Amino acid sequence: MNHLDLLTFARGSALNWALIIFVAGVALRLFEIFGLGRKADLARPRTDSPGSGWRTIVTRSLPPEGMLKREPVTYIGGFVFHIGLFVAIFFFAPHIEFFRSMTGLGWPSLSSALVDASVVAAIVALAVLLAHRLNHPVKRLLSTFGDYLAWTLALLPLLTGYMAYHHLMLEYTLMLAMHLFSVELLLALLPFTKLFHTFSVFISRWYNGDIFGRKGVAS
Amino acid sequence: MSATLAKGLNSFKEVIDAPIASFFSSCVHCGLCAEACLFYTETGDAKYTPIHKLEPLRRVWQQEYTLLGKVGKALGLSTPVTDAELTEWEPLVYDSCTLCGRCAMVCPVGNDMTYMIRKMREGMAASGHAPEDLVGATTRAVTIGSPMGIKWPAVLAQIKHVQAETGIEVPVEKEGAEYLVLMSSMEIINFPEYLSALSRIFKQAGVSWTLAQDAFEATNSGIQIGASDLAREIVSRIVVAAERLKVKCVISPECGHAFTALRWEGPNLMGRPFGFEVKHILEVLDELHSAGKLKTQGKDKRPLTYHDPCQIARRGGVVEQPRRLLHEVAEDFREMPDAGTMNWCCGGGGGVSANSRAEPLRLQAFKHKKGQIEATGTQTLITACANCRIVMEEGLEHYHMKVEVLGLTELLAEYLVEEEKT
Repeated sequence: MNHLDLLTFARGSALNWALIIFVAGVALRLFEIFGLGRKADLARPRTDSPGSGWRTIVTRSLPPEGMLKREPVTYIGGFVFHIGLFVAIFFFAPHIEFFRSMTGLGWPSLSSALVDASVVAAIVALAVLLAHRLNHPVKRLLSTFGDYLAWTLALLPLLTGYMAYHHLMLEYTLMLAMHLFSVELLLALLPFTKLFHTFSVFISRWYNGDIFGRKGVAS
Repeated sequence: MSATLAKGLNSFKEVIDAPIASFFSSCVHCGLCAEACLFYTETGDAKYTPIHKLEPLRRVWQQEYTLLGKVGKALGLSTPVTDAELTEWEPLVYDSCTLCGRCAMVCPVGNDMTYMIRKMREGMAASGHAPEDLVGATTRAVTIGSPMGIKWPAVLAQIKHVQAETGIEVPVEKEGAEYLVLMSSMEIINFPEYLSALSRIFKQAGVSWTLAQDAFEATNSGIQIGASDLAREIVSRIVVAAERLKVKCVISPECGHAFTALRWEGPNLMGRPFGFEVKHILEVLDELHSAGKLKTQGKDKRPLTYHDPCQIARRGGVVEQPRRLLHEVAEDFREMPDAGTMNWCCGGGGGVSANSRAEPLRLQAFKHKKGQIEATGTQTLITACANCRIVMEEGLEHYHMKVEVLGLTELLAEYLVEEEKT
């Protein structure tokens, strides 16, 4: 199998399988959550506060007062990583082209230089967050194999994408195939690791906002 | 009721619902919840990280309610939750969590750790891993009627005392009264000022109210220990009395957990919505004040600050009312840092103050409150929870601080315009 064959496989059946596992996995995990149900709250809510859950989905993205100062590394590292990753996935011209080919939808891209900078920032943030995880007593206590696996799964697509774009290390076609494989690995494992928070964060934040909202406390 | 590990694990399985599954699914192990918890900030010990306190519950969720966990369990790859582990976790679940809910306001993925700890305690109690002192308090609440073992004659003695002092009749078993007034044991024993203040305020406001012989105690240790069946029994006394006396509203006293027990958990424990309202005393006082029925005269000249009890503010939504009332009677009211819904706990809520084993840790955690009070430069501390009050009084004494603690109801009564009759 030469490099081109490998790339064809990565773009073809490997991608299809990864997507099937991803979609089925996400559906299963969502079912595992919602299938448990929740008892109706019989206590009269303080105020009719429709949308408290939805508001918390948005507001919880920002640190509450005083928290940024207590844990700047986690907050800033977290922001830089998530924004950098988001920009790389959705605003890199070849990615948009890929989404267009799959869904027919397209949108304007950002300049390659800007995307490149975002990727570097995201990789640096990941490195800092890993060091923080290894050094901070609380994070070290909480960390399991799953945390380091998730870290690796998030890093690989960024790293291989960066190296492919800059023609580093491996031959371009081979590196591009590696980039696709790393994305496929991420897709296939996302539902079964903590990376599932990509989806469940909307659910947990909603419940949080709903619980507090019924008591008349905006969170 | 014999407690076994099997019962505990079963109870863990029963309490896990969609919110809990979403919370565990979302946790990224960022550890930010630790920074919101006074047991971590004041000790620096990572084991007090809120989400870590839930580890046994998380594993039961994973092993019972996720495909991967079930496969792991079937293959014998997962670590089962054992009695020894629950013994190790008991101090984390009971001694170092006041159910204050601060971590739930901070978690970036929106996990409500308090919601989970409250439910986890059901399994801890069912497996025989609840602190001895809380078991005792709950037994007394069920058999005697109050966690501190207070019976009606003790209340009657206080009523007589209050009547003699104020010259106002304290109504008992008055059918058709608007309000049913409850008290906490702490108020009956330590702070008789509350009942006296209330009689005077209600007389001036022309409010019809009553006490009930079989439902004077508002606190509910069934909730703190995590025994919903007992919590239901305790709450049902109040519901039965309120319905018998046909009151429109039950007033929860200056006690945080009593309010949570009755207002938010009560209808769910009973399995039906209440036909009467439940209000915290501060809500009632604020309403009377807005309606012009609570008139005060003069202001307290001392610089003073207000401690928001967690279950009243963050978990209860009563935040503005005490401030409006304080501005009426205080000339120099100063907010402490993080006041309101982000306030720090006194360290003794959620059953911690009733648990003697937790005392050294509680006093250590009090350092946070100490710092907040010192930042205001005041020597008078107002609050609206008798439990917070006694916990803070102990903490202040421990740290040799000359700060006086007062209940807000009592402070208001001091400035009441008594003569005016409407």
